[in-house]
Order: sequence, then C-alpha cells, then structure tokens
Amino acid sequence: MSKHTLSVLVENKPGVLARVAGLFSRRAFNIHSLAVGQTEHPEISRITVVVDVEDLPLEQVTKQLNKLVHVLKIVELDRDRSVQRELLLVKVRADARQRTDVLQVVELFRAHVVDVSTDSLVIEAIGTPEKLEALLSALSVHDVREIVQSGTVAIGRGGRSITERALDRASA
Amino acid sequence: MAQVDTPKPSAVRTRPVAPATHSVPAQPSAGEPMSGAASLIRSLEMAGATDIFGLPGGAILPAYDPLMDSKILRHILVRHEQGAGHAAQGYAHATGRPGVCIATSGPGATNLVTPIADANMDSIPLVAITGQVGAAFIGTDAFQEADIVGITTPITKHNMLVTNPDDIPRAIAEAFYIATHGRPGPVLVDVTKSAMQSATTFQWPTRIDLPGFNAGSKPHSKTIQEAARLLATARRPVLYVGGGVIRSGASAGLRKLTDLSGAAVVTTLMGRGALPDSHPQHLGMPGMHGTVAAVAALQKADLVVALGARFDDRVTGKLDSFAPNAIIVHADIDPAEIGKNRAVDVPIVGDLKDVFADMVPALAEEQRKHGQPDLAEWWKQLDDWRETYALGYTRTEDGLSSPQHVIQRLGELNDPDKTIFTSGVGQHQMWASQFIKYEHPNTWINSGGLGTMGFSVPAAMGAQVGVPDKQVWAIDGDGCFQMTNQELVTCALNEIPIKVAIINNSSLGMVRQWQTLFYNQRYSNTDLHTGHGTVRVPDFVKLAEAMGCVGLRCESDADVDATIKRANEINDQPVVVDFTVSKDAMVWPMVASGTSNDEIQYAKGIAPKWDRED
Repeated sequence: MSKHTLSVLVENKPGVLARVAGLFSRRAFNIHSLAVGQTEHPEISRITVVVDVEDLPLEQVTKQLNKLVHVLKIVELDRDRSVQRELLLVKVRADARQRTDVLQVVELFRAHVVDVSTDSLVIEAIGTPEKLEALLSALSVHDVREIVQSGTVAIGRGGRSITERALDRASA
Repeated sequence: MAQVDTPKPSAVRTRPVAPATHSVPAQPSAGEPMSGAASLIRSLEMAGATDIFGLPGGAILPAYDPLMDSKILRHILVRHEQGAGHAAQGYAHATGRPGVCIATSGPGATNLVTPIADANMDSIPLVAITGQVGAAFIGTDAFQEADIVGITTPITKHNMLVTNPDDIPRAIAEAFYIATHGRPGPVLVDVTKSAMQSATTFQWPTRIDLPGFNAGSKPHSKTIQEAARLLATARRPVLYVGGGVIRSGASAGLRKLTDLSGAAVVTTLMGRGALPDSHPQHLGMPGMHGTVAAVAALQKADLVVALGARFDDRVTGKLDSFAPNAIIVHADIDPAEIGKNRAVDVPIVGDLKDVFADMVPALAEEQRKHGQPDLAEWWKQLDDWRETYALGYTRTEDGLSSPQHVIQRLGELNDPDKTIFTSGVGQHQMWASQFIKYEHPNTWINSGGLGTMGFSVPAAMGAQVGVPDKQVWAIDGDGCFQMTNQELVTCALNEIPIKVAIINNSSLGMVRQWQTLFYNQRYSNTDLHTGHGTVRVPDFVKLAEAMGCVGLRCESDADVDATIKRANEINDQPVVVDFTVSKDAMVWPMVASGTSNDEIQYAKGIAPKWDRED
C-alpha cells in the first residue's frame, strides 16, 4: 500500500462530503485523513483526502469520484511537488518543574504554546505528518493528556492553480 | 437543511434542455404563480414524461391533486411501489425514454430501493420522485420519515432533496438530463411536503448548469485508428457486445462493424438483441450459462473488442484466466469501466453510436492497407464448436414437461418483430436468454446486474404501457411470480394486456440446481409446493382469475403450442399461463462460479474437447 494525497474540488452543496467519503468506504478504500474547507471561490469547496491504496485501485476510485455530479476536479498531489501540512493540538500535563523540558521540545519543533494553566500546556504544531509524529514521540516522555489532529491539507508548488484549471475545464 | 441555489462559477458550460417530445403549455416569460405541487407536475410534463407509475401517501399527497388535472401525464396506480419502479424500468428499457416512478416518503420511498439499485446496475434511465416530510420535520424521526437521499446515494447516479419550491423545476430538469445523458442511470428527487404546499412561481429552466457532470466525450481518433488496425489484422477476433450498445441505440452501427470485420460476435445477457440472433456471425451469449462457442471464442481469441460491456464476473469466470491470449479493446461511455476488471490495451471512451460511426470507416481504411482479413481458419474452428456443442437439452426422467421446450416454443410461436419478452431471475431467465431468438434491441428485458427476482411482471407492465402495439410476454418462475404478481391487478384494471408464462418447476430452481451440483442434493428451503403433484399453493390459475386475468394451465409438452396460441388470442385481459414443468431440468452449459471459463461443462459431466489443433 502507498499513501496518495488527492485534492478534490467540489461544488459547495449539501451532502457532498458524505457522497465523497461514502464512495471510498463503499469501494473498500481506507481514508487515512480527510480535510474540507472553502476555497477562493465561495461556491467551490476543496476536500483533501489521503488514502492508502495501490495505483490501480486509486485510478478506479478517482474515476468513480469523477462521476459524482458535484465533483468538479480531482488532482493527485505528489509529495515532492506540493506542500502538505497537518495541524496538531496536544495537551500536556506540566507543572513548574516539567515546564522547561516541555518548552524545549516545543522550541525544537518550532511549535507554539497556545494555552497555559498551572499544571498544563496546550501545544500547537503545524507540519508534515512525519514532523508531527516526531514531535509526539519527543513529548511521549511527558504526561500527554489529549491529542487532536486535523487531516492533511495540501497545495501544489509553483504558480498554477487547480481551481482555475477546474473552472477552465468546466467552461471548455 | 435547505438545498440552496449557489451562484455558479461565471464561466461554466451550460447546455440547452432537450425539448419535450409532446406539446406542452406555453410558458409565460415572467413565470406562472402556482403551488410547489403544481410546479412538480408541470415540470414532469415539461421534461417529456407521459406515463408515470406510482402510489400516493401522506407526504406526496399534494402532488396527486394537480396530477388529477394533468392532460399529459397518465398515472398508473400500482399495488406496491417496487412494482412502480420495475414498471418504470421496463418502460425505459422498451422505449429508450426515461421511466418515471413516484412514491411517498418513508416506506413508499424505501420500497423503491430495489428498482433503483437495479436500474443503477443495468444503466436504465429512471427518474424516481419521492415525497418527504415537511422541511421542519426532517431529522425528527417524524411519521414516515426516511433519509431516502442518504439511503439511495450509493445506488443512484445522482439524487437530491428539494425543500424550496422555487427549486423544483430545475431539480426535475436536471434529473431527466442526468438520467439520460452519459451512461444512463437512476436519479431520485426527494421533495418535501412543505415545498409542495408552498406558493412558487413556475419557471422552466432554459439551460442546464452542471459543471461537474460529464455527459460523454467523442471517442479519440488515435485509439479508434488503433482498434481498427487490430481488427483488420487479428486472426481470431471477437466482438464482445454488452448492454451499452442497446442503451446507446447503436445496433445499426454494430451491424456494420460486424459485417465489415467478419469477426465473431457474442452478446451478453444485457446485450441480447443488439445483433440479430439470425446473423451468421452471432455465436450467442457468453458467460456462466453461455454457449460453448461464445465462451470458447473469447477464451481462444487473439483480439477481444468489448463494446458497452463491463467484464462482469458472470461473463469472465475466473478473471485472470479470461481470454488469456487476447489483446483487449474496450469501448464504453463510462471511463470508470475501462480497466476496472481487466487491463485494457486500447481504451475508447465514448458513446457507442459515435464509436461505430468512427470505427467502421477506419476499419475500411485499414482493410485497404492490410487486405481483407483471412478468418477462414477461425470460422472453421468456431463453426465446429457451434455444431458440436449446439444449445440443447435432454428430457428429464420424471416425464414432466421440459421448461426449455416451453420457452423455445414461446420464442418460435411469437413474431420477434412484434414481441417483447421480460423475465425474472433464475433458470427461466437463462433459458429465455438461450432459447429465444432475439432479432431486435429492446425486445429482451431482464434484470442482469442486480439479479432481482420479481422483475418480470412489473417490467412487462411498464414495457406494455410504453409499447402498446407489441405483445409483451413475461417469462417468470414460480418463485419470482410470487414476489410481484400483485401488479397483475394493476394490469387488469388499466387494460394492460400482458401475458405471463410461469415456468412452474415448483421450486427456487436455480438455487435448487446449485444444491444439486454443489450441496449433495440437500434441498434446503427451495421447495415451493406449486407444481405438479403438490398441494399447489397458491393455485396460479385461481390466483390469476382472482386478479382479473385469464388463467390457463399447461401440463405436458403436447399442449404447449395450443396453450400459447390460446393465450395469444386473448387481447382484452392479461393472461397467466401456469406451465408446470420438471424441477430436475438444469441450465447448461455452465461455468461453475469462481472457476475458469476453460472449465465450461456442456452438460453435467461433459467437458468440451478444446484444442484439436493447438
């Protein structure tokens, strides 16, 4: 199995996320992460899906996705030619004695502390899945109370815009 | 959650709406004030619907009031919503026009699920309209509430919930457009009762605006050229023809390609009738119960040109040993079918009509370059298989009538130009596909992909409504018939004079056949007690009469012809014939599930001798 990152541009219609997600589960594909949000066009949303799948079934699921009426365009984003990021929030128990150690890790990973209480910190980190994994590993010696992670969002490097390309295609 | 109109990207492609085929009331340019319910009925009229099958209930009730006044829509009141769905399918299959069914919320809508799934598998243009509880009640587990959009999302081409009455005309226009363009399929429109009861201004959209919908593309000239070159130079070519040719209305093109190429042709269960069975290059049906010649031709081919077919497991048998030596050309309107099951060497995406229009001249050109293909040796081999392993059957030892004989005579005593056959699912379906000779597309209507028992009677009803000047024979099993025969009441009351041949072997025959072959003759729950020498519950003749039909019974081969003729003489009532036949008859040839097509059995324990030359 290999991980693939798909950017799916969809019309911003009710139920469209369920249609896309349902198609993956229906054809027995495992969604590794999913993120959805608006784009520069208010009527277009962008779903970023990371799937564990071989190339041939990936082609099939892409073709099936393309058949959904509300799907405008699907682009696979190559890891080397795109920026891929996840957001991580971690709550760590840290009193005055442990705080310095935790803050060192935070600094090392260029993360931020976004909430502090007498015995805990909330750390915010943005990065590739690998970086966030390394951060969690470094924090594992501490008392990690809670982790919440976003799906991957990704954008291609360089000047081209896939939203524009989707609109070009629709008007072609 | 309201389905709101969102502003569309400024430069999206828009398409003209296909004009209705009948005259519709003129439309004031500023729109016409009316209720959402009236707007729904007017929209169906504008979309070109003339016949709709349905059953009212609470949530759809507002629509049934203006429906009463429609001069254009004929509504046929079914006895079960599943019947409405299958009738709409039969209508669509027989006419090529979209079938329309209508039901209320909750159980009415869920009863449409099977026909919708069936239409999705067999690419039938179907528009299903369902009532939904009022918008304010959605999500509250209100009386007769079901999330039918959620339920049918995996089995529709598209579906939508309409809560705003102003959206009704656009939703209906889009539903008809999507159902009939590209690969056809079912579209469900769920309309809330509150939308139907609200005031709106009716305005039929002049453009369809679906930027994400692919209505099909023109086939690529390079791949057409490559396919033509392969077809001109292959030594053992086979055209593997599926239901796509029928859906596309491309039979004339197929005929030209067949004649020009000289290739062998096989037509799948869904493709039967795409090429006349009388055509000398036609080897019959491939697959699990296909002819030996058709199965063998694919196995030994050096080129397989798949045309609107989808390499279904019932055709390929064990996939990795299917047509092992063949180069594969695959033409289909749906790009997702290309390479889905079998790797394809030459992919062609396009409407089959366009594919044939381009490929025939391309092939002629290639033949000028390469000379006429010499297929004499191939045809010698094919003819040998065809003669040695011709379709046939042996009588069973119990002395009862042979189901194959009944079905064969139904085919022979009815004019193929004037008859439509429908079937349910099981042994009778396979025999009807094997032993009836089809000469025209859309004259053989059955449930292929989903394999829906009970399809036959309601589908025949729909076909008869769509094509009143043809004789419609529903070939059915005693198991299937007991699932949906209530629609004979609908037929009797609405003067829809279908004929039903129950091939009554007193059992769930195909399941019984598998129990005979694979479960040591342990007949678990397959005896239906309807046939010869049983208690005959129900008595199909009495049941037919109770439903306002003529009931006939035929218990021996000697009476088959006279009974069919008698049934054909009755044209003012539906006719049900109970043909009691042997339960021991089996469908042959057969490729056992999960095995290679090379393992085909011509009859029980008889494997064809393949390789005389190689």
